[in-house]
Amino acid sequence: MTLEVTNEASSTRPDLSNRDFALDIQDFKVYYDTPRGIVKAVDGVSLAIRQGERFALVGESGSGKSTLAMAVMRLTRPPGRIAGGNVLLHGTDLVSISEEEMRQTRLADIALVPQGAMNSLNPVMKISNQVIDGIIDHIPEDAPKPDADELENRVNELLVRVGLAPMVGQLYPHELSGGMKQRVAMAIAISLSPRVIIADEPTSALDVIVQRQIMQTLGQLQEGLDAAVLLVGHDMGLVAQFADTVGVMYAGKLVEIAPVETIFSNPLHAYPQLLIESIPTMDERKPLTGIPGLQPSLLNLPEGDVFAPRSPIPHTPEDAATVPKLVEVEPGHWVQLSRSSVADFNTYAHLVDY
Amino acid sequence: MSALLELQDVTKVFGGGFLDTRGVTVAVDRVTLTIEEDIPRIITIAGESGSGKTTLARLLLGSIEPTSGTMLYRGKDFSGLSRRERREFRREVQPIFQDPFESYNPFYKVDHVLHSPIKNFKLVSSRDERDRLVEEALLMVGLQPDETLGRFPHQLSGGQRQRIMVARALMLKPRVILADEPVSMVDASLRATILESIQDMKRELGISVLYITHDLTTAFQISDEILIMYRGNVVEYGDVTKVIPNPQHAYTRMLIDSIPQANPGKRWGKLLEATGTEMVGTGEETEQFGIRPQATRHYDEVEPDHFVMISENDAGSPGEEELVSAATDQGPSS
Repeated sequence: MTLEVTNEASSTRPDLSNRDFALDIQDFKVYYDTPRGIVKAVDGVSLAIRQGERFALVGESGSGKSTLAMAVMRLTRPPGRIAGGNVLLHGTDLVSISEEEMRQTRLADIALVPQGAMNSLNPVMKISNQVIDGIIDHIPEDAPKPDADELENRVNELLVRVGLAPMVGQLYPHELSGGMKQRVAMAIAISLSPRVIIADEPTSALDVIVQRQIMQTLGQLQEGLDAAVLLVGHDMGLVAQFADTVGVMYAGKLVEIAPVETIFSNPLHAYPQLLIESIPTMDERKPLTGIPGLQPSLLNLPEGDVFAPRSPIPHTPEDAATVPKLVEVEPGHWVQLSRSSVADFNTYAHLVDY
Repeated sequence: MSALLELQDVTKVFGGGFLDTRGVTVAVDRVTLTIEEDIPRIITIAGESGSGKTTLARLLLGSIEPTSGTMLYRGKDFSGLSRRERREFRREVQPIFQDPFESYNPFYKVDHVLHSPIKNFKLVSSRDERDRLVEEALLMVGLQPDETLGRFPHQLSGGQRQRIMVARALMLKPRVILADEPVSMVDASLRATILESIQDMKRELGISVLYITHDLTTAFQISDEILIMYRGNVVEYGDVTKVIPNPQHAYTRMLIDSIPQANPGKRWGKLLEATGTEMVGTGEETEQFGIRPQATRHYDEVEPDHFVMISENDAGSPGEEELVSAATDQGPSS
């Protein structure tokens, strides 16, 4: 039991500047074909994550963040489809490889810690067998089959690494708490030491203490593997605790990318600004605020700056109609520059041609 | 000053029946709580899953009976209420759940959700009266009746649906609203809207609210009083502006320190190992914070309106006093 809870006031951000991109997503599009038209859930998103980096993708529900995570894993189901762009995993384009190649790539090179692990485990299968499944599935046809002892040792080692007792392997999912199931999901995800891990809201529906344990364990695993992590979520608190870099999504597009300190201290786009202002704190009591207005329907997005209807910044209809570009305003800090959603637009106006 | 609802030393024990081999669970352990009639308050019951907060809520709604202890409604023992008094109780104490439409028949229109309590409690004598009541309630929560009525649940946003459930509860002119995790898993805008409506109930309608949550941040923002529950025990309680900035019990401190603060400069301390509740099923469930069911305990008033539980353990296990003072020695949490 750890009771020591002093907060290390830290700038623990690792220096990643000289490292290669583990995952490079370029102009990625995921559309849903519906009877009422095309829903552009992810519409031209570009982001790159270096080896060893923790990148958090945040946004309200319906912003497209989970859709993006699933599509990177090539787990999009009809009527959804990847409508364009590339996903380079250490240089290999996941969008263009075959289904069989993708199946081999999953788990081995890029693994998913799913949202709500309770639903991702097989209820009638022992935990150890569920962990073994993925390992066996990725042994090449011509390689010798590992014996039972070897596999058992491997499973035990994985369970210990995620903070579970080896005997948990002999239990069934219903015998575990939500936090333990999430740990099992992490054990499966790291079973083949992937270099990239995608974690889709891994702690939603868990209590704060368990949430902290899970996120800290995930952080430890990430460091142990030197993996790149794409964390998808809506809790800005978790993002502040975990991430090195933050990307904020709104209505299928990225509106700002910045190092975690910068996104909290100096957000430039109105949406992240409002998102951060609306977080209730433990420091003082003040009226709670939300973000006025609603996210637009993805079926008929307004042309130009889609955040303009909710933006508190005074603007003309022409400002709102101009299609904004995502521009690097300082090293590592990208902003979708529009007159309608960026109060400091004039400071950066020279970077764009509108 | 009279009490509307009063729990005195209420305990709820599950299991332990004739064929039950798993032993008993003390879900709620001697909890005392008073909701005044005249002074509306927002009272938070906070704790993790398994802390007993939902069992406490079910006791307060009268849907389960306490194993021991007394529950009084307007001064009368709950078990001795007449049918009429029970009906009155069910009208005056209203629950609001997370997204109740999940458990609602999606083929019924919104109107049905609003009409059924009117029918059940025979609130009106004519159709016109009924429609007026529904419209008033919708306007009270900021919904336009003509944009809401006649629709199906899936045609409304999550925020609208949540507000309809509030309207439904308000129609019955309750004295107490019990809100069980109303804002977990919703995003910032919706959260603010829901919490605002909870505050309006108190301020404008004089309704007391029991806010059941594991989210201490929003509890700190909106409530007057807080009760921190752990393993069925209220380990600390009092004025929220005193408890949260100056937590005394080791469990409360751990809970507060685990909140992910939206500040990258204030990150969590060192890795928190799995706690007893985490290890359920491994046969290694241990005593946490020296808390054992139905142990001798008392409450210390550490400052006015701020109480902490002290359990009086027999020798051998770490005493609560040690844990509390050890926690205090670390200084105020940042």
